[in-house]
Amino acid sequence: MFLKRNTDDMGILGSLLRYGILLIFVVYFAVPLIWLLVAPSRDVTQITSDPNPFAFGSVDRLVTSWQNIMSYNGGEVALWFGNSVKYSLFALIGSLTISIPAGYILAVKRFPGRSLLLWLTLITMLLPASALVLPLFLELNIVHMINTQWSVMLPSLFFPFGVYLTYIYYASSLPPEILDAAVVDGCTETQTFWHVALPLATPLLGLLGFINFTANWNNFFLPYVMLNDDTLYNLPVGVQAMISSTSALRPGFNPTPGAISFQFADAAMIGLIMIVPVVIIFLFAQRYVISGAFTGSVKG
Amino acid sequence: MANLNISAGAPMAAEVGVSRRPQARWQRGLTPYGFVLPYIVVMLLFGLGPGIYAFLISFADFGGGVPRYFAAGFRNYMVAFKDFRFGFTTTNIISFLGISVPLGIALVVMLALLLHMRPGRLSSALRTIYFLGGAVTGPVLVLVFIIMLNPLLSPFGPLLHVMGLNSFDDVVTPHTLAFLFTIIGFFSGAGMWIAIQYGALEGIPVELLDAAKIDGCDAWNQLLYIKLPLIRPYIIYQFILIFAGNVQLFVEPQLMGNQTYVQGNVPHIWSPNQLAYSFAFEMGNFGAAAALSLLMLLIGLGASYLVIRWTGFFNIEAR
Repeated sequence: MFLKRNTDDMGILGSLLRYGILLIFVVYFAVPLIWLLVAPSRDVTQITSDPNPFAFGSVDRLVTSWQNIMSYNGGEVALWFGNSVKYSLFALIGSLTISIPAGYILAVKRFPGRSLLLWLTLITMLLPASALVLPLFLELNIVHMINTQWSVMLPSLFFPFGVYLTYIYYASSLPPEILDAAVVDGCTETQTFWHVALPLATPLLGLLGFINFTANWNNFFLPYVMLNDDTLYNLPVGVQAMISSTSALRPGFNPTPGAISFQFADAAMIGLIMIVPVVIIFLFAQRYVISGAFTGSVKG
Repeated sequence: MANLNISAGAPMAAEVGVSRRPQARWQRGLTPYGFVLPYIVVMLLFGLGPGIYAFLISFADFGGGVPRYFAAGFRNYMVAFKDFRFGFTTTNIISFLGISVPLGIALVVMLALLLHMRPGRLSSALRTIYFLGGAVTGPVLVLVFIIMLNPLLSPFGPLLHVMGLNSFDDVVTPHTLAFLFTIIGFFSGAGMWIAIQYGALEGIPVELLDAAKIDGCDAWNQLLYIKLPLIRPYIIYQFILIFAGNVQLFVEPQLMGNQTYVQGNVPHIWSPNQLAYSFAFEMGNFGAAAALSLLMLLIGLGASYLVIRWTGFFNIEAR
């Protein structure tokens, strides 16, 4: 009777409505990205008066944008890029080295204090990272660590989300028989973790690596508060410093007479330098997130 | 959980002589702490420590150059609350939350539901496009959007002109800022949440939807009466986390109001987090800065507590 209905029946009008709404948001998400991609090749007249906002400008202007950015403050952008790589890799390796064993043991062992540790992990994991920035500043100020690279790198070692995901991963997908077998074979706890549990964690490492690296690469508020010395900046704070000290986003404003007058194209170029590594990682790692693996971990 | 208790099996293995180098019982009892010790240290130093120290500082008196703890009573809190910008920034953040939280959740859930009506290659490609906005954050996000919001420079210019907005002075005004920060934040934050809500929809049992189809429930009714109610816990989860995150708004108003060509149209200090920052770094009043940031920290803690209590996602006792 009703079975002849198309299983995906949403009606012609409904279908149009669905595609219409989805398309509007494609425009909203894609247009700024495409604009940013071509902007470094467009000089100021093209950006302000070319009727086609997505037309490629010229290779010359692209090269000029690159050179302007690379020569800014004696090549500081390369330094910031290097700092970003250093801070992010330190956070990635350090926080995973600390979080994965902790999450693992919380999943496989019962010991006094375990419950408290799980609760504290949950609470701090759900806390927005920015809520701790000013308190962290006040704390590190007592030990005179402000304006050092450690003020950015050390706090990044605390990664409760990593502990929680690891805990869920082992609690839900590691068969207890495997661990029992390892114990019967005479493995110590450490050997079991190293030779049995860790090799099974590849999907976990993919997801955690993605979340951790992008969060630290994009970290702005913490280094912005902690660092004064511009040679210590990471890229996000560097981009902000460049924007604030040049005419890049303020046509006509030029605080240093005789310096290069920066244009939108230059600002867009440094923007691209900052986001391209993340976009590559996004495309590479999205299956972990988009496939719903992330939700599975929330669901437990 | 009992079968996970491998320490119970271990002595037996040692007795039958399987283990070459059996650990003493007390050693095995301590091993778990070896695994969690580095984590406990970083949690104390960079998770709990800052909160506790901010609490001490918020009651400290800095009159003599060195902080005298608990000497100030509630004076720092009074300074923060009585500051002429406290009411202004609080009103701003309330209007921002009032727009960004419901709108952000409604749009994310709507897009996830629409995508899930017909899963496939197109749906997956669209999710990727929505997701990529998340790569653009902080100063680059601001850089892109002060162009997008300028009718004279933006690819959206024709649309803005049709709406009667002919220069950035028409777009960026004190009355529109809460809405603009919503548009900017949604671009960067929505993709991840769409992926999460989509994942939640994929968790709905296929048999349930099939049964609904046989009963004559069309795609739209399934969406409204089956899918939407079933992902409710995820919507609550998103609501609380978005709320706690958005209370902390800092980067967008800080950059727009201080170093771009629209700075004249954006107040120097717009959000409470900027006010706390200003107390610490422009006025050197760490006590008031601590008091304000502690207040926002408490909102975050309250939100985490509600997530744990209301969503049932984090029922650690049941494991």
